[in-house]
Amino acid sequence: MKVSPSKSPSLSMLRELIGRWAALALLPAVFAASFALAQAGTDTRRSGYQDMGAALQKMQDDDTANPGMLFVQLGQQLWARPAGATNKACADCHSVADMKGVAVRYPAMVKDGDKPIDLEGRIRLCRTAHQQAEPLAPESRELLSLAAFVANQSRGLPIAPSDDPRLAPFREQGAAIYQRRQGQLNLSCAICHDDNAGKKLAGVTIPQAHPTGYPLYRLEWQALGSLKRRLRNCLIGIRAEAYPSDAVEYVALEIYLMDRARGMVFESPGVRP
Amino acid sequence: MKGTGVIPRPKAEGPLRPQERSLAALGMTTRLDRRAFLAVAAMLSVLPLASAFATPEAMAAAIKEVVGDKPIREGRVTLDLPPLVENGNAVPLTVSVESPMTEADFIRAIHVFNEKNPQPHVFDARLGPQNGKATIATRIKLGDSQKIVAIAETSKGEFFSASADVIVTLAACLEDIT
Amino acid sequence: MTNVLINAPKTARKGEVIELKALILHPMETGFRPGTNGRIIPRNIIERFTASWNGAEILRMDLSPAIAANPFVSFFAVATESGKITFRWTGDEGFAVEESVAIDVA
Repeated sequence: MKVSPSKSPSLSMLRELIGRWAALALLPAVFAASFALAQAGTDTRRSGYQDMGAALQKMQDDDTANPGMLFVQLGQQLWARPAGATNKACADCHSVADMKGVAVRYPAMVKDGDKPIDLEGRIRLCRTAHQQAEPLAPESRELLSLAAFVANQSRGLPIAPSDDPRLAPFREQGAAIYQRRQGQLNLSCAICHDDNAGKKLAGVTIPQAHPTGYPLYRLEWQALGSLKRRLRNCLIGIRAEAYPSDAVEYVALEIYLMDRARGMVFESPGVRP
Repeated sequence: MKGTGVIPRPKAEGPLRPQERSLAALGMTTRLDRRAFLAVAAMLSVLPLASAFATPEAMAAAIKEVVGDKPIREGRVTLDLPPLVENGNAVPLTVSVESPMTEADFIRAIHVFNEKNPQPHVFDARLGPQNGKATIATRIKLGDSQKIVAIAETSKGEFFSASADVIVTLAACLEDIT
Repeated sequence: MTNVLINAPKTARKGEVIELKALILHPMETGFRPGTNGRIIPRNIIERFTASWNGAEILRMDLSPAIAANPFVSFFAVATESGKITFRWTGDEGFAVEESVAIDVA
């Protein structure tokens, strides 16, 4: 996307965002419709959005009040910025329209590789392999902003994990981690998020843990963060040893969680307490 | 008009030492040289003011700085806060004040205070007839369950207030290894 | 890289009361939090937010450490004349950001 030099960057972005407002105004209706369908049928799955109070839901719905959108806007600026030895921007190889549907089918297998990779990992790989630029640090503002921009293009779409058969063993690994008790508190993910979802833990409703809004703005972090960060926090919360940040376990868990959330509406950037 | 509307802040460089924070919570902004520091440390260790957190008295003092001796009346002010806050880091808050907002009769200022954060101010807003509506919405940080007070000042120099009690829950799981 | 999102209508009728919303990226570090090494992270907040319509101030807000990170403000203004609405944030560490939007008042 072209940045006009006479206007400040954020104004140009703003005008593009305004152009999308008509579609965005339909968003609450989209969510409402899909929630209604879910409740009406046998689908009892709920997004963390539904477990929040009205004030926080409003914060997520309004693109000019959702702090996650500040990072989407930053990502939009970075998308157009040339980088690395090739002096190419993301925009030079990809159109923004290309990104629609990407975030809802990740994690994916690395091409010609044997490991799955999440969206942030994919962006990091593009950065070093294709732009020949300095790698973006995991959980850095730049990486998260780019991931937020890409993920935002899939907002409103149903989660549609890839059916690549090579992902199957990793999905099973993720399912096993999800069911296994671990940590000093000897809890498994399933105990809270399957068996006790909807009940309160220290005054807060336990969500079903569907990754419908990542990367999301978590009030606890006062910043945007990835699913990996959230999973790491959960592990520390149950006093388990958190896997190292590049561990395949996180991606395996994400593959399982995305499959478990198949069909649910993608909300990135979400807002959560 | 009482008060400058500027939130008091410590002037010197560097983070406040605990004793200075206790003083800052009471609205005192002096930094301490070593002798004074030791004297105050000794004093504070005896007084029940050693906590660095604001108290209802600190909030009352901050309100008094703005209102002076004028009476504060109930009514006209609506303070909108979620009764149960999921996370104290960003609590949506809206203050609305009934007023014709004409040149003859408008809301001149809205002040919001808290009673249990480390310092008692939340924000001070200056308004005028050019606003049309005396409504401000923002997001605030609350460190604990506490009372929030909003005070509106009219162009005639009268004060109205509303308060709300908020329950703040802390995150159920600790996130970092500490 | 400062980052601002402003919600203001592009047009308004003269005399109409419009809602203006502004969101800015800023850590609003309170100065009361200990860091991982136990030392207090120094205060770094936006202290003042102002809005003006063609140069005339329509709102002035003094913020404290009790305002949440990435501060959001919503307020109202009477549409007087076409021109520019300017938002200004100033604070610790020389923080100074200004953003304007154009508005057409008929």
